[in-house]
Amino acid sequence: MISEVALDRLTGMLRAPDLSGTRYEILGELGRGGMGIVYLARDTALEREVALKIVDRGGAGTRSDSPDALAHEARILARLEHPGIVPVHDFGELPDGRIYYAMKRVRGDRLDRWLAAGRDLAERLAVFLRICDAVAFAHAHTVVHRDLKPENVMIGEFGEVLVLDWGIARTQNREPENQNPEPENQNLEPENENPEPRTPNAEPVVGTPEYMSPEQRAGAAVDHRADIYALGVMLQVLGGPAAVAAIAAKARDDDPIRRYQSVQELAADVQRFLSGGAVFARREPLLDRLQRVYRRHRVPILLVLTYLAVRVLLLWLGGI
Amino acid sequence: MPPFPATRHSIVAAIRSDRTEVRRAAFDALVHAYWKPVFKYVRLKWHASPDEAADLTQAFFLRAFEKDFFASFDPGRARFRTFLRTCLDRFVANARQAEGRLKRGGGAIIVPIDLPEAERELQLQARNAVTDFDAFFHREWLRSLFAAAAAQLRDACGARGRPQRFALFEQYDLAADEAERPSYSELASRFGVSATDVTNELAAARREFRRLVLAALRDQCSSDEEFEAEARALGA
Repeated sequence: MISEVALDRLTGMLRAPDLSGTRYEILGELGRGGMGIVYLARDTALEREVALKIVDRGGAGTRSDSPDALAHEARILARLEHPGIVPVHDFGELPDGRIYYAMKRVRGDRLDRWLAAGRDLAERLAVFLRICDAVAFAHAHTVVHRDLKPENVMIGEFGEVLVLDWGIARTQNREPENQNPEPENQNLEPENENPEPRTPNAEPVVGTPEYMSPEQRAGAAVDHRADIYALGVMLQVLGGPAAVAAIAAKARDDDPIRRYQSVQELAADVQRFLSGGAVFARREPLLDRLQRVYRRHRVPILLVLTYLAVRVLLLWLGGI
Repeated sequence: MPPFPATRHSIVAAIRSDRTEVRRAAFDALVHAYWKPVFKYVRLKWHASPDEAADLTQAFFLRAFEKDFFASFDPGRARFRTFLRTCLDRFVANARQAEGRLKRGGGAIIVPIDLPEAERELQLQARNAVTDFDAFFHREWLRSLFAAAAAQLRDACGARGRPQRFALFEQYDLAADEAERPSYSELASRFGVSATDVTNELAAARREFRRLVLAALRDQCSSDEEFEAEARALGA
């Protein structure tokens, strides 16, 4: 008789991917998502560890489990050769028919866990700017991530920042919508009198609710500004003073037209904050502005004030 | 290599054949695949004694053959396994009402019930823990499927002059519990081979086992769609 333990073991054996005839050996499981399971594997040809993402036949995720979805993700990643995007090494079909791709094994911490260790503002914003770099690169290649969140960002052992999980990324085939914003925006308004999503562009609602823009939540067609919204939520999570909060709020405006229109614009505003400049996202109160100008130009201001004080003193002494 | 075994004429399709010999052969195969799940299910769900469960199992398959129970199976509505269980429940309920009038065979269909073996298996299982009989039936069917594939693997390994391959598989992958499961190095010294040989032989045995399970599964499904859904449910 096949015992209960053996029955479970054999079921697990059938579920495990068949890597016979490939160059990979499974060493363990790194994680699982809606579309597949990521295994830690050894590439026996190059004698290095890699991460293997394989379609999970037994999974019942909310995303499509089809091999096409994994192939789509692999092809998108292969297009995006950037230090901030995990590189794909290999793609293929296992003897059991499952689709897989091999990618760099990233050692480090997820951004959410990295943040939990307590980081100073400059460090947090530097990471944010690196994320922006990777996302801007993807947008330049017409790819929208659609699921940006701290859990999908890895901070490597040497400080490298990698954006992961491009499973629901989409290629943007249209011209950027800010070139012709009016018709798009009418349907993206939450308060629109006609809230029906446009059928021709309707998309299944996928992503993580807290990071989803209103248009993505509504199942309407989304463009790169959905990622800008998610970056805004991430920046809010990273925290910071009023100027940073204002940048985050502008990025995650419900109305795509009132958001930053590109990731570069968003990153530039964060950069302005870091260098002590005024940010576009916020009309500064006079006192705040004076304080900021003083902090930024403290030495010349002190020199000028000293000079003026000496001149006044000399005038006063000369008048005696 | 294709992801699944090539489509064959399935048992489920053959039991509806007009040709008696085809139907009969398909029924024999079906009986082999299902007698134990049916017997155990009747024992537990219907609280039948061992002898009554054996009689009901025998009579169920006989009646199904004679009355073409399975001819009305619609693959679009349910899995064959679910349909069979529904027929079984109906049959047992009717048989209980007409107690004592069970038709016990007469040679048309012989169900190879190994009563002591089935009873021993039931004793080893936690009978009182069964609350979901659908899941229980599925698990017993899976156990039968794996047991048949393991027996085929043993025969195939023997026929190819590789009995050691099956012996390794039996001792490692079919080990009844983790405590008695040897390590690869223990197996290597037990069989006088290298650990690499153990790895390779186990990999080959598992590959063949997987192929046999999928082939048996294919036989028991009525369509490619049902088979792919079943294989996916198994994660294979």
